[in-house]
Amino acid sequence: MTGQTEAAEALTANEVARIKADFEILEHQVNGADMVYLDSGATSQKPRCVYEAEQHYYENANAAVHRGAHTLAVEATDIFEQGRETVAKFIGAKTNELVWTSNATEALNLISYSMSNASLGRGGDAAARFRLGPGDEILTTELEHHANLIPWQELAFRTGATLRYVPIAEDGSLRYDLIDSLVTERTKLVAFTHVSNVLGTITDTRRFVDAARRVGALTVLDGCQSVPHLPVDVKALDVDFMAFSGHKMLGPTGIGGLYGREELLNAMPPFLTGGSMITVVDMEHAEYLPAPQRFEAGTQRISQVHGLATAASYLDEIGMQRIADWEEHLGALLYEGLSALEGVRVFGPVDAKRIGTVPFEVIGVHPHDVGQFLDSRGIAVRVGHHCAQPLHRALGVTATTRASTYLYNTEDDVKALIEAVASVREYFGV
Amino acid sequence: MNELDQLYQQVILDHSKRRIGSPLVEPETGHRHGESHQHNPICGDQIRVRVELEGEQFTAMSWEGDGCSISMASASVLSEMLPELTREQFLDKLDLFREMMRSKGTMTPDEEVLEDAVAFAGVSKFPARVKCAMLAWVAAEVAMLEAA
Ligand SMILES: Cc1ncc(COP(=O)(O)O)c(C=O)c1O
Repeated sequence: MTGQTEAAEALTANEVARIKADFEILEHQVNGADMVYLDSGATSQKPRCVYEAEQHYYENANAAVHRGAHTLAVEATDIFEQGRETVAKFIGAKTNELVWTSNATEALNLISYSMSNASLGRGGDAAARFRLGPGDEILTTELEHHANLIPWQELAFRTGATLRYVPIAEDGSLRYDLIDSLVTERTKLVAFTHVSNVLGTITDTRRFVDAARRVGALTVLDGCQSVPHLPVDVKALDVDFMAFSGHKMLGPTGIGGLYGREELLNAMPPFLTGGSMITVVDMEHAEYLPAPQRFEAGTQRISQVHGLATAASYLDEIGMQRIADWEEHLGALLYEGLSALEGVRVFGPVDAKRIGTVPFEVIGVHPHDVGQFLDSRGIAVRVGHHCAQPLHRALGVTATTRASTYLYNTEDDVKALIEAVASVREYFGV
Repeated sequence: MNELDQLYQQVILDHSKRRIGSPLVEPETGHRHGESHQHNPICGDQIRVRVELEGEQFTAMSWEGDGCSISMASASVLSEMLPELTREQFLDKLDLFREMMRSKGTMTPDEEVLEDAVAFAGVSKFPARVKCAMLAWVAAEVAMLEAA
């Protein structure tokens, strides 16, 4: 990744201001105040170049890909496959190791359903390592987003396998000390997040990967919150699969990806079937293309791929390490600033490495009310359980307020939030 | 008054702390009673409402819940109103309350009918919060039907 080698210099406030100017929406006013967008953990804003790329595609190259031989079809296919190359490179994968999906949720379900199909005997002996049955175990963690939990619950129901999880400690840190006893010969799949979407904490992935490798279990990484914010290299991480979503990394909605090691993707039976994923079809059977096409049935999301590739190039040009450093800085300001407020409780371990995501509670005021108050000052945060009910239950709350940054957030944004949070209790009379 | 202050009227903030009708109480023997547990899946707010009736007349409402000030205040206000009402009166008020909630701030509610619940008029300008205000009312309606 070119951006990173020359990335010694930290992002300056001036540079962040210039970056921010690429995002039209951030110049808007909300409720009479300058917009302070601190909800990038839910979805990121998009720079002009991303939606201009989509527009350019529709104005100049729109056609179905991998179907037909006319000029537009060839151009569309080029754009589509060029996009795959760009994004694959962005995460350190080979081009044919990236499967397009709608989002991370679909990518995780793809694995879950492909494994069910293998468990029913589809894919034959080549797919043996994807088979699950009674006695087998799937391991996940207590801090997962529902998208990296429910597909495994369902897979367990469908196959008779057992779902287990690595619990969290009281402060929300993963109980790494339990991994070795939880990963046994029965474990066939270990699914865990790279960065918690609630706590912002970065997982020590090595601990999971080493334990899984020891018993030959497959590893699935949820990269939803890491690919947008950290340099991610799937080969260095040494995981078998990784899911991520385009809309959280400056890309359009409706596009995400699944990385899978080449030999695994080519051995795994497909999930969605139909057009564009086959070689020869008769009335009884069909033969399937190799990955990635075998997992891309139906007409694809071409403008979205182009938008996402443009987003990845934009990030790459700035440099993912520099972005990560900036957000670590903002995250520390948030964590310290909010912790210092009276009547505010910040969740998550004190000493963890984190991105710019911090969940908190204003004692005596419900998160929904906190969010409403902040919104009246133009500040957008997320309130609720953030699709992680088990994590919240373990923390002893039903909901939290979460501030999450991205490369376009300034120190002033963080200051505006902290100042506003400081007056919440007075407003609600607690 | 700005929109936020219209949303968080003093009546609402007070009721959200006083929580009239909470916690749940055991129904009096001989009274018909019903119960409903309602959830707002978006934010995780939840409430359990119990109502008691003697014939067509409500005699009590009690509840337990966990949620934002709007949903808790709404339950509190309703608890105060309900024991004065018949089934039919409640359903009339529910219709009007619902209409007010869907009005996006365009309706001037009838204070005679809605009593303290008019304080929730400001909520209708915040579509994301309408469910919060409705939660207790919906629970009371379901509980009433169950009691029948
Ligand atoms: C950690 C994590 N995993 C999975 C998801 C699901 O992503 P999507 O809704 O884009 O499929 C999200 C986003 O909400 C997330 O933060």
